[in-house]
Amino acid sequence: MTLSDLNPLKSAAVRDALDGKASQSLWRQAARRFRRNRAAMASLAILFVIAATSILVPVFWPNGIEETYWESILIPPTFENFHWFGTDSNGRDLLVRVFYGGRISLTIGLLTTVVALLIGVTYGAIAGFAGGYTDSIMMRFVDVLYSLPLLFFIIILVTIFGRNIYLVFVAIGAIEWLTMSRIVRGQTLSVVTKEYVESAVAIGLSRTAILVRYIIPNVLGPVVVYVSLLIPTNIIIESYLSFLGLGVQEPLTSWGLLISQGAGHIDSAPWLLIFPATMLAITMFCFNFIGDGLRDALDPR
Amino acid sequence: MKKPEIRTDWYRAHSTAMLYGLSIGHQASTRQPNMNMFFFILRRLGIALPTLFIIVTASFFLMHSAPGGPFDAEANLEPEVLENVIAAYNLDKPLLTQYWLYLRSAARGDFGPSLVYKDFTATELIAVGLPVSIKLGLTAMLVALLLGGICGIVAALRKNRLIDHLVMALAMTGIALPTFVIAPILSLVFGLYLRLLPIAGWNDGAPANMVLPVIALALPQIAIIARLMRGGMLEVMNSQFVRTARAKGLNESRVVIHHVLKSAVIPLIGYLGPAVAGIMTGSLIVEMIFNLPGVGQYFVQGALNRDYPLVMGIVIIYASSIILLNLLADFVYGLLDPRVRRSYG
Repeated sequence: MTLSDLNPLKSAAVRDALDGKASQSLWRQAARRFRRNRAAMASLAILFVIAATSILVPVFWPNGIEETYWESILIPPTFENFHWFGTDSNGRDLLVRVFYGGRISLTIGLLTTVVALLIGVTYGAIAGFAGGYTDSIMMRFVDVLYSLPLLFFIIILVTIFGRNIYLVFVAIGAIEWLTMSRIVRGQTLSVVTKEYVESAVAIGLSRTAILVRYIIPNVLGPVVVYVSLLIPTNIIIESYLSFLGLGVQEPLTSWGLLISQGAGHIDSAPWLLIFPATMLAITMFCFNFIGDGLRDALDPR
Repeated sequence: MKKPEIRTDWYRAHSTAMLYGLSIGHQASTRQPNMNMFFFILRRLGIALPTLFIIVTASFFLMHSAPGGPFDAEANLEPEVLENVIAAYNLDKPLLTQYWLYLRSAARGDFGPSLVYKDFTATELIAVGLPVSIKLGLTAMLVALLLGGICGIVAALRKNRLIDHLVMALAMTGIALPTFVIAPILSLVFGLYLRLLPIAGWNDGAPANMVLPVIALALPQIAIIARLMRGGMLEVMNSQFVRTARAKGLNESRVVIHHVLKSAVIPLIGYLGPAVAGIMTGSLIVEMIFNLPGVGQYFVQGALNRDYPLVMGIVIIYASSIILLNLLADFVYGLLDPRVRRSYG
């Protein structure tokens, strides 16, 4: 019989403390909650497999990415010659192209999110921390940008500066930071009034030190959740642009471009659409489940 | 002590964040002067008009920072002819003069001659495509609001039951599957395999031709609206005033219709602007896949062929309608939320 059994009303944390277990940090608790979420953990595993195969399959697969198999153009999936997913209208092996496209789609998703993260967190934290007129002006600017049809501006940028993969991810990242900055600002505003920030001010820490040491770590929760949802959003935006012919260009490929080519042959060669679309859909589902899991883990309300 | 006031635009961010179940801390951001409805509208207009101005300005200067002139492809033109063409498009004037001319004509709704569709102005092309896109978009919007709203309400009322899980699973699918995957599949299944509906084409907006494009366009919005509606309903159903209404002995349907719904639609109104933007972006894909003669087709073709006046014109039209809708949403929001109404004085 342990001490905690005496009082059944005590919460789990209090019980742990009474039983002499080490107290757990917020992040460790969150990690434990996340690990218990089966859908999220399975999604994480699947995503890991997709990422690993996207990196490895193009390296080891016997068929090349740009190799043309003249004797087998638009053949349906078959085990012969390793055309497991069939071939496209140029006689190229679809399987290796799907995984290669995954490489590019995932990379763009990650890089654009990093760009958005850096801009959004810095901007939002400064606005929320500075407060007053600085905050008003900074957020008014975000309001103005928010009311623009930004995807169309990406299209304009791509129209003007040519269809360049680097431009695509800078443009997406530079535009997707808005919601991030709003979330960070909102969180910062509510953290700034907490006692530990007050005491940090009282002991004379510099503003930068407070920002780095107290504000940013404490607003990280929602940011992590939003990041897990921003990656799939950005993958979709890239695919959307590629689908319209404004994103990734041949001979490079991405899921969006493959889906676009598949949609063009949908009546004669549906596998060209089905395989890349399935991969994209699985990835989207995984990110969504992970996002939900992270939210439940980090924000237990 | 300073009186707490309500920031009037938190809900727009709020609805986006709510979609992801994130807290955006709007309670903390209460810093806007007390004002009545008139000044509130005036103030929103004061943001909307400069925004429009910024769009036109940004479009113009982006257009002119483009590397290579629009007539590079026609290298075999006689020098005098080329000069005349450039003069006809005002490209020989100083940049600021060109900017002024563009502003003046854009204000009149004239976006200049199309560079690709010779003999047409951008405005004429937009006028041809816009009715199609508007008809398509509005229908999709109505379908999305209706179906999404109903799904969300039903899911919230039957929380954690089978139908709730079903609706939420469908919503997840709708969000995870982008339009450019759904649209070709719809066309394949209902058009080609089942032969129930036309595969593509507009046919002057015949109902049969509209069904698949509208579904493809509305589906992601249905999913998002259902999620928002469910979230809004659940949040309101847990609030004090609903408990009070129940405690007064009102029957459940009255509580839901008179008390819950009115507050639960508020995040939805904030989503109106983003929804229209979503339908517009979806429309580019849907018009392309179903080969509809809408503005989206011109936009994509214009972007691929560097037809700057056409692309700018369409973006300005799109942006203005989004800004207008946001303005409308602000207004409706002010009417619906008593907290805001009170803070207008």
